[in-house]
Amino acid sequence: MKTSLAAVPYFWTQQAYQDFYHQVAETDIDTVYLGETVCSKRRSMTLQDWIDAGIFLQGKGKQVVLSTMTLLEAESELSYLKKVVQQKEFLVEANDMSAIQVANQAGKHFVSGNAINIYNNQSLSLFHKLGMTRWNIPVELGQQDLKPVIPKAQELGVELEYQVYGRMPLAYSARCFTARHHDLPKDRCQFKCKDDVEGIPVKTREGDSFAQINGIQTQSGKVSNLLNHWQKLYAAGIDYARIVPVAPDTTLQVIKSLTQATANNQPLVDFTDDSREYCNGYWFQMAGLEMIA
Amino acid sequence: MELVCPAGNYPSLVKAVDQGANAVYIGFKNETNARHFSGLNFSEKHLLKGIDYAHRNNCKIYCAINTYPRQDGWKTWASSVDMAMGIGIDSLIVADTGVMDYIRSRSDDFPIHLSVQASATNLEALNFYHQNFAIRRAVLPRVLSLKQVTQLAQKSPVEIEVFGFGSLCIMAEGRCYLSSYLTGESPNTQGVCSPSSHVRWEENDGVLKSRLNNLLIDQFEEGENAGYPTLCKGRFEVQGNIEYALEEPTSLNTMDILPELHQAGVVAIKIEGRQRSPAYIETVANVWRKAIDSVISNSAKPNEQDKQKLTALSEGRQTTIGAYERSWQ
Repeated sequence: MKTSLAAVPYFWTQQAYQDFYHQVAETDIDTVYLGETVCSKRRSMTLQDWIDAGIFLQGKGKQVVLSTMTLLEAESELSYLKKVVQQKEFLVEANDMSAIQVANQAGKHFVSGNAINIYNNQSLSLFHKLGMTRWNIPVELGQQDLKPVIPKAQELGVELEYQVYGRMPLAYSARCFTARHHDLPKDRCQFKCKDDVEGIPVKTREGDSFAQINGIQTQSGKVSNLLNHWQKLYAAGIDYARIVPVAPDTTLQVIKSLTQATANNQPLVDFTDDSREYCNGYWFQMAGLEMIA
Repeated sequence: MELVCPAGNYPSLVKAVDQGANAVYIGFKNETNARHFSGLNFSEKHLLKGIDYAHRNNCKIYCAINTYPRQDGWKTWASSVDMAMGIGIDSLIVADTGVMDYIRSRSDDFPIHLSVQASATNLEALNFYHQNFAIRRAVLPRVLSLKQVTQLAQKSPVEIEVFGFGSLCIMAEGRCYLSSYLTGESPNTQGVCSPSSHVRWEENDGVLKSRLNNLLIDQFEEGENAGYPTLCKGRFEVQGNIEYALEEPTSLNTMDILPELHQAGVVAIKIEGRQRSPAYIETVANVWRKAIDSVISNSAKPNEQDKQKLTALSEGRQTTIGAYERSWQ
């Protein structure tokens, strides 16, 4: 089974991204997605910085994919999107229908990101016709939902990717929740999201985890974890196990232990971390926050 | 500018038509639409009666088939499309590209309105749906500012419809999985958000707690207004503070910017609320009909008394123009 690393959903400094990807380059991860997917105001990395990071990772044998923004409203966001999609070096991950439109017009293949709603064979076939080569499956679909879709994807030659680690992206809003929490208007947010390496936890008044706010994105409070189920996903036809970054050190540990397990065909992944709560209910057709050991 | 009103049953449909709606939107009694609530929506028999009543009064009927079919349920969505296309519906409101593809396999020109659940927020997304499915109209998500709506309406290849009044979704619709994360049921798949089957109320020592699948969404002291536990409108703990982390219980009301929306070329105003009572539909349709008529005739602002009627019907008795106003964001 191949492994992939999703774009960092959080806002880090240029130095932090560069240090992280230098370390990622030394791991056995197969594919690395790069770029800003949440907020167009986050500009610690220019498009050229991302391309340079991509060229570096490609030189280390990684497949590199540039990810696009998920919620695009302003015209300036569309012009940046066009630059990302139309660059010649790398494949792109389309996270909004606008990216699919631009890729299709440019005759480029694309990976469909998990915020693109593909739930059935009819839409899967349509996006394949428009140039989709890999389908990063929406987070709320589980193994039973996928059973009748996977044969169609295999027949069309579309690769399948499913998240096995990291907080799940659950919603996008016009409102910036991080700015709201700090009582600041979005237009003068002071880039408060850079203070939190993996977002801000939102708990119920009884202390149960609920969500993680990350700018305009709301993530699952719990970290998805299907690491010890990777063989079941592989047997079901999933080609790529996707890791969504949390803090750098933990992410690197997850990459190392998962790639070791897949390389040696070990069912269990040698990774423990009691500092975060976990869930994997979606794969088992339950509420997403449930956890099956 | 059209007034598009919701109806969850035949009496509501009649009220909307009588109050001068240009179109009424409805859904079938299954999970193919985003208000799949028990006791709501139309059987074939009632729909035939409703279409007849509307058409005799020069009102259109739009049918929402705007959830995302998973492969195992595909036949339910396909047969709902078949029924809608054969029964006299004027337009289908659709979100899933597979369903749009299916409609186009049956007809090159049956009118398709892009549902808000498809989350098209920019020109290239609208171009995508226009070029691939020849959609006639798009309903914009409630995430855009007035300036963004205006720019989009000027360049859009299709007609633009926006929400005018009713529940306020603060997330880009069709891309919010918070409900299935908490309960296993979501707007995209089952047409529900924070489903009532998972709601539990508890009262202890004068404190009322509302829970969704056991998680505490909010709690109310005596005298506080207790609202339905919609998961994004509860009070939570964030870094030691108890706050409405995502949004307060409040409704959308864009009446104050109606002249600007009209000026921008928006062709239709949509009222949210197929789950509401016939009396609610009657009041809201009446107030909005007058407001639209006065804007079309002389761009006058709507009167205060009518605005208060809407506020009284709003969640938490509060309204906002939401994301249309940049400072809300």
